[in-house]
Formats: sequence, structure tokens, C-alpha cells
Amino acid sequence: MNSIEIIKDKLSNKIIKFEKKNSKRYYIDIIPEDIVSVTKMLWSELELRFIIATGIDRRDGIEIIYHFSDDKYGTVVSIRTLLANKEKPEIDTISKIIKGAEWIEREMWELLGINFNGHPNLKHLLLNEDWPEGNYPLRQGQGEGRKDD
Amino acid sequence: MTDKNKKRTIIPIGPYHPLQEEAEFFKLYVEGEKVVDMDIEIGYMHRGIEKLSESMHYDQSAFLVERICGICSNSHPFAYVNAVEDLAGFEISIRAKYIRSVIGELERLHSHLLWLGLAGHFIGYNTVWMWSWKYRELVNDIFEFITGNRQHYGMMKIGGVRRDIENKDIPQIEKMCDNLIPVLNMFKGAVMDDPVIHARTKNVGILPKNVAIDYCVVGPTARASGIDIDVRRDDPYAAYNLVDWKVIVGKNGDVFDKAAIRILEMFESIKIIRGCLNGLKKEPEGNFDLKVKEIPVGEGIGRHEAPRGEVFHYVKSDKTNRPARHKIRAPSYVNIASNKYAVIGQTISDAALILAAVDPCYCCTERVTVIDKRKNKILMNGFDLIKLSQEKTEKLRKKHA
Repeated sequence: MNSIEIIKDKLSNKIIKFEKKNSKRYYIDIIPEDIVSVTKMLWSELELRFIIATGIDRRDGIEIIYHFSDDKYGTVVSIRTLLANKEKPEIDTISKIIKGAEWIEREMWELLGINFNGHPNLKHLLLNEDWPEGNYPLRQGQGEGRKDD
Repeated sequence: MTDKNKKRTIIPIGPYHPLQEEAEFFKLYVEGEKVVDMDIEIGYMHRGIEKLSESMHYDQSAFLVERICGICSNSHPFAYVNAVEDLAGFEISIRAKYIRSVIGELERLHSHLLWLGLAGHFIGYNTVWMWSWKYRELVNDIFEFITGNRQHYGMMKIGGVRRDIENKDIPQIEKMCDNLIPVLNMFKGAVMDDPVIHARTKNVGILPKNVAIDYCVVGPTARASGIDIDVRRDDPYAAYNLVDWKVIVGKNGDVFDKAAIRILEMFESIKIIRGCLNGLKKEPEGNFDLKVKEIPVGEGIGRHEAPRGEVFHYVKSDKTNRPARHKIRAPSYVNIASNKYAVIGQTISDAALILAAVDPCYCCTERVTVIDKRKNKILMNGFDLIKLSQEKTEKLRKKHA
């Protein structure tokens, strides 16, 4: 039983959608409330390595994809969750479990306006401290880049 | 004087500082000689590349991400093309795979030599610095011979590479690689057997395995702490599973292990390049590009083991000719954060070396430029810090003499 089957088995009741893109890339959809328990399972029990998280501004909400690497099998397991409330996107922090997630949560907070509940040090990472509030560069329609969709 | 009465002093390093290749701000809190805490401020090199990539078409993005880093200019396009190929399910020709690996490993050679030079300078071994930067030119010569450029080679292309390595040129490249072996042997001897370097780097700036895992560090920083990871072996791409080589892993996590790993890795790189050149001889010339016209809808993840560790690119496409989202994670992003642990409890004369030991690359970390006019005051007293470090070596050298 390789790790992806264990994940499928253990998360069975939490998975909304399971997608095998190819033998090395898996995408799993979950609801935002489950993120802490899923992270605990992947990080503490299966000892996967946290690579990074991607925040995406979609039409129907803000999407966060947490990428985990299974270095034994060379697979990347991506946990996808959608925050439907675009006005005030919120999710629990995983930086209490994974120290390496502290910076990326700060980055997503300033660039996309996602609030991470319980983050110990939620302040600007890349942008200046006097950056105007409510201006999130990675949201669609900001600055250069794509205006629609 | 009891501990409580000790005065805490802040030593600022940066944002502009000679020991850093790029602008960054470390605030060291020291009590006497000892570093007790540290704050890291980044953001001085933020250029908004992730956002820019959304306004460029797929082929342009390869050139854009090449500009993320000046030292490892090939690693971002490498991971980017891997991501787009993962997205679309392209299988590139074996010739292109070999050429990609040759470029990737040459880059590791010149990047490690650059780091070795800087590390030598910090501890006062300026001869090591001059030598290693002199011999780094040999690697750049090979780059010039293959790609026409000494930096920013522009070789990576979705579906293959931009230029072929002609078979008639291979003996010349092999000869140029052979010339590097005595150089690497010299460095190996100079660093591994020198009692002063041992005294300066062993048990200095230790990053234990469990802390390294916690900070999710990658590359030589992780391997020095005994974490056996290397994307080239774990998730093979390009020609890394077609040639024979091995991953170098340390166990102590100190500055010495980080240096030793980089030096030994250079020998492996030469081995990979030779294997790839041998493979190239058997492949038909000219078959190095798929001539991709269209990128389908979907998402893809690409990874590449850059000189500093794993580079991660995520690309999402819709029906257009531009990425809908392009996420980039450079290795220094996770490695720099671990400095906080490694530097606490050490003396200030070692701090410069420890901060440099992860081979930080800030342009990569931030990928984005915001200049703060308020903070433009001069905080630098960095020459003093390097001088302090060099004086310590001088003292040790006299002791060992």
C-alpha cells in the first residue's frame, strides 16, 4: 500500500473530489474546515514534506492549494480548498503545525487578502508596511496582468 | 554581571550589505558576543513576477522567469517548462532531456564555485575566493561554447530546448570538463583538510534534522542535516534517471557539512555531464524540439533541483495563451527562514558565515521591487562584521601554525 492509497483511505470521508493527473501528481479537494486535521494527517502521520501553498483568485471564491511532497515516491499531493466568501476569506492557520508555512501564509494574507485564523505573526512579508489596506495585488483586475476571468 | 543585567544590542545587517549578494535585512539581537535572537525582513527585491507572468504568453514566461535569479538563471525556466509539460502531458525527446541535464549541472558547478568563493572570503581565505571565482570562468566558458551566453542561457523551451549540442562539439566540451577535475580536487583538499577551516566551520551554525524538517528546508541545507532528498532522484525528470550518479548526504548540519556537500556534489555534476554527453552521441542530431503550438486547459506542477534546492512551479491554464496563475517557490524561501534557528546562540563573528551558509538568493525568494524611502538610511556596518570574522580566522591560524 503506497502513501496515496493510505491518504485515500484515511481521508475517505473528507474528500470531495479525488483527481489523479498522472502517476506523480494528485489533487484532492476538501472543505476549508478540514484543513487542520488533513494537514496533521499528512504532515505528522505520513511525514510528507510541505512544499508551498498557492492562492488563486477565482470567479467563485479564493482557492488555496497546499502542495505536499512525498519524497519516497516522488509524488506531489495537492490539497485544494475553496473559500467561497470573497469579501472576507478566512481559514485556520497550519503554521502551528508546520513552521515552514508561516511565511507563505503571511504572503497570501498580504497579496490575496486571506485571513489566517490563529497565525502567530500575521504582518507584511514582501510589501511595505504602509501598503494601502484592501489593495491585494494578486486579486484579478489589479495592476498589470489579466483584467477579466 | 548576571544574565538579567546584560544589555541587549541590535546589530543590523543590511538591507545593503557586502556579505549579501542582494538586499535583505537581518536584525541580530546580541548580548555581549552572543546572538540571542534574530528578525528577518525581506521584500527589498519584490518585482511582482508571478503577476507579470499572467500578462505574458507561455513562451515569454520562460524568459521572464529566467530573470528571477542572476546566479541560477536556468533553474526557474527548467522548473517552469517541467510544469507546463506536466500540465499538457508532453513527452520531450531524449536528446532534449540530455541537453537540459547538461545545462542544469553546469549551472550547479558555477553556482557552487561562486558560493565557495564567498564563504572563503567571509572567513578570511581570500585566496580561495580569488581561485574559485577564477576557475568559475572555466564553467562560464563551457556555457559560452554551448549556448553563446555566459549567463542567462535561454536554453529552456516548452517541448525541448532552443539550441542543439552538435556531436562534433562534444569532444571539446568533454575536454573542458576534464580541465575542471584538477581544480575541484584542489578545492577538496584545501577545504577538507585545513585545520583552520575545520575550526571555523565544524559545529558552527548547526541545523538539527528535526528543525530542518520543521522549516521544510531543501537542497544542500537539508542534505547537510541528514535529510536524504533530491528531486533529481526522487521525481526524475530530464535525463537524471538515464545516467549514473548519487546523492550526497551529510549528518551534522553545520557549516562544514554544507560546504563539503557542495564540493562533493560538483564531482557528481561532472559525472552527470559526462554521462549525458555519452548519451547524446547515440541520439540523432536535430531532434530537440516538439514545436509546441497550443497549451490545453489544466494545471501542472514542475520541480527542479537547483543548486540551492528544489524549485517549485505551479501553472494553471485556461483557454488563452497566457497562464491563468503561475506560482513560484524558490529554495531560498524556505532555507532563509531556517537561519533564525541556526544563528541563535552563536557568536557575532560566526553569524556572517552562518547566514551565508544556506547560499541565500533573495531575488528568488521575493520575485518581486518595492523601495522604501523612509528606510533608506544607512545601517551598514558590514565591513566590520566581515573584518571580525576574518580576524577570528587569523587568530586560529596563528594558533594552528
